[in-house]
Amino acid sequence: MTAVGSVQAEALKELRAILYSRLRATLFGRISVDDALLDDFAQEALLKVLGSLGQFQSRSRFLTWATTIAVRTAFTELRRRHWKDVSLDQFLQRADTANEQVTKPQCKSDRQELIQEMYRIIDTQLTKKQRTALLAELQGMPLEEIGRRMGSNRNAIYKLTHDARKQLKKHLDSAGYTVSDLQIA
Amino acid sequence: MTLSRQQIEELIKGVSLTRDEEVTCDECLGDLAEFAERMLEGKSLPDGLRAVEHHLEICAECHEEYAALLRALKQAE
Repeated sequence: MTAVGSVQAEALKELRAILYSRLRATLFGRISVDDALLDDFAQEALLKVLGSLGQFQSRSRFLTWATTIAVRTAFTELRRRHWKDVSLDQFLQRADTANEQVTKPQCKSDRQELIQEMYRIIDTQLTKKQRTALLAELQGMPLEEIGRRMGSNRNAIYKLTHDARKQLKKHLDSAGYTVSDLQIA
Repeated sequence: MTLSRQQIEELIKGVSLTRDEEVTCDECLGDLAEFAERMLEGKSLPDGLRAVEHHLEICAECHEEYAALLRALKQAE
């Protein structure tokens, strides 16, 4: 990729065609994915690959590495489009209302204590940000979309939900619930 | 706040899998190509890539992208 002039242009054209072909292989057939969109994804992915060349460490084939970036690029955009009209507050409120009708009667008695303890920890031991991110993730909103709505990003939201899980684990442990208890439950 | 039964199951699974140190989505992405090639070739995972395997168990988006990557690589073979 360090060649110059026409050789470089030909290499870029070839790389773009491969990324397009691989994205097409894995995405085509999805609702809302057509050739024009795949073409946009391939172009954006090519630019990101070129901008990240310094991060390639030769631990895999170059094309495999470039494909990981292309796939991330495409899925990020597909998720953005899918969730674009959804506000975080409304989403959590709607999900909460829907769950209200189905959850509480279904709790089995032998699990109720554990579940109530988890609710208590979520309510009292997590920060507002941790609670919001964890609940939105559980309700199915992608991390990057939660991040977009919280003025953050996917990586930071993962760290936030990781901290929330660690808090839950720590407080459940203090309340006498071990990992094996959780796995059995 | 209420969670559905499925969400409670997911939360319990997530908490039981939680480790003190976990790789983030970007760190996972950085190692994903090597991880995918090793998986496709049936090679064992070095310790460094075990963290990627663990992340993929927890992170739904990274898991979805990994599955898409495998489809793309298999088609390219």
